[in-house]
Amino acid sequence: MTAYIMCFILFLVGLYGVITRRNLVKIAVSLSIMEISTFLFFALIGYIDGGVAPIVDPADPVKIYVDPLPQALVLTAIVIGLATTAMLMAVIIRLYRKYGTFDIREIKKLRG
Amino acid sequence: MNPLIPLLVVIPLAAAFLIMIVGRFIEEFNKYFALLVLLLLTFISFYFLCTTGGKITVYKVGGWEPINSIPIGIYMVLDGFSVILVCIINLIGLLSAFYSISYIRRYTAGNYFYALFFLLIGGMNGVVLSGDLFNIFVFLEISVISSYALVAFGVESNELEASFKYQVLGGIASFLILFGIGFIYWKAKTLNIADIKSAFGSSSDKTTYLFIQILILSGFGLKAAIIPFHAWLPDAHSSAPSPISAMLSGVFIKAVGIYVIVRLFFNMFIISEPMAILITILGTLSMVIGVFLAIGQWDIKRLLAYHSISQMGYVVMSVGIGMILLSRGVKADIASLAICGGLFHLINHAAFKGLLFLNAGAIEYTLGTRNLKGMGGLAKSMPFTSATSFIASMSISGIPPFNGFFSKLIIIIAAVMAKFYLLAILAVIVSIITLASFLKFQRYAFYNKADDTKDQNIKEVPFPMVFSMVILSVICVLLSLLVFPEIRHAILTPAIDILTDPAKYSRSILVQ
Repeated sequence: MTAYIMCFILFLVGLYGVITRRNLVKIAVSLSIMEISTFLFFALIGYIDGGVAPIVDPADPVKIYVDPLPQALVLTAIVIGLATTAMLMAVIIRLYRKYGTFDIREIKKLRG
Repeated sequence: MNPLIPLLVVIPLAAAFLIMIVGRFIEEFNKYFALLVLLLLTFISFYFLCTTGGKITVYKVGGWEPINSIPIGIYMVLDGFSVILVCIINLIGLLSAFYSISYIRRYTAGNYFYALFFLLIGGMNGVVLSGDLFNIFVFLEISVISSYALVAFGVESNELEASFKYQVLGGIASFLILFGIGFIYWKAKTLNIADIKSAFGSSSDKTTYLFIQILILSGFGLKAAIIPFHAWLPDAHSSAPSPISAMLSGVFIKAVGIYVIVRLFFNMFIISEPMAILITILGTLSMVIGVFLAIGQWDIKRLLAYHSISQMGYVVMSVGIGMILLSRGVKADIASLAICGGLFHLINHAAFKGLLFLNAGAIEYTLGTRNLKGMGGLAKSMPFTSATSFIASMSISGIPPFNGFFSKLIIIIAAVMAKFYLLAILAVIVSIITLASFLKFQRYAFYNKADDTKDQNIKEVPFPMVFSMVILSVICVLLSLLVFPEIRHAILTPAIDILTDPAKYSRSILVQ
């Protein structure tokens, strides 16, 4: 249970960073922290105490295996997260070239 | 097993790759190839619309059959509700692509534009067709990432700022959704929507269940821009190129936001009264606050974007009324009337909001400005744009005999019959304010006489843009035919039946 709570705290740390940081790159890093906490959560729900890698062994039918499905999901989600982060960093670089700053308080042309 | 179902996802993805490769060598390949592919997709989706009816068709990817009637493969499900969304996506996509033939000359890098456009279409088709939660997430991310890129397509400072805001909020939404999916898998040990329904039916863990519902509602609510989550929408939708704004506002927020919320809350979760009331309140708030934010806008596309929030509020509110009645288990016929009004308004909104964004794009194309104060007297020089935008404005503000009138009428009648008098009155008031706001748009853009000096060289936009706008305005008028019982019975009733009878949905998927 402690692991789950730590994982949720990590999510909230990321959310706090997104809300309070003023630097564009730090916002991107905070988003990555949120992302990682979600992946960690997926890995945790597939874990079974004393389980081994799910390669079925006919000689020993009573072996306990961990759930392989969340691991497959996490691999897909990591690839998606990579694409999101790359897209965000590309936009941040373009924004820096336009405004000459990473400070979010200076970037406020859109209002209303 | 219908082997045509995955084509709706595979063809756009393949087209995106082909455009990037072949488009490098052949000039103008992208435009005509895109049209051809979208024509094919529209044809397939209308074929589905004619043949589906009340049936639920399942395609199992890779041919993985269920073991002991537990689904283990990836399911793609086509039913009465998703077929409506598929038709909207591909039809508006076709008309936007036709419109882009001329419009895209303002931008360089046409190949990238069309490749991203097809990723957007393929992702949305995937969201609407997929039958399990994780694939909804994957296809959602495909379409959302391409929409981030398309919003920033102009790479000016405004576009980049809008895209950054959109990406941060969209990222938070994605992780909330992923967290929710993780919780659902933890509790139900399955990801298939129909199977989750039966797993949740027996569980009694109320707290976790409520937490999951809140996570899912806030995640998809951010994608759908329901009011407390709306901050990104006006920036993103007004900064994108106009055909993309038409896609984002007309289709995207419905396919990845409203559709998923409605599908999951009706067909996956067991409808509970507190959640139904929460959804209705959120819808009402969007409806009222959206229109008040819209009325002070002078930028055409921002004005239209705020109206999108308000009109989506109508849909969410009427679906919410249906949910409240269903959860109380009373007046099932009024519940289906309310859901019918919501779905009807969703279809109508795709037509008229797509058309309005194309009009705004045409005005921007000729004048180079989006500010209402800088235009005027366009009715003479741009007759087609003026006429079609008049039809769209009258539709969105609910003037008979256009389509918006009938769907708003059904929503209001359902609210009165369900004894939610306050909601009915609010719906009428919001409709009147919408009318005022669009009369302002009409007057300042088309009728108010500007100074004669700069009027000389304004002429009507090129043929492809005019053609798309005229077709969409014809659709706006034709959609009011859906109010007749025979046509409504053929198109809307299958969708309503699936939503009001979730047991039938999960049963007919699990036995196939």
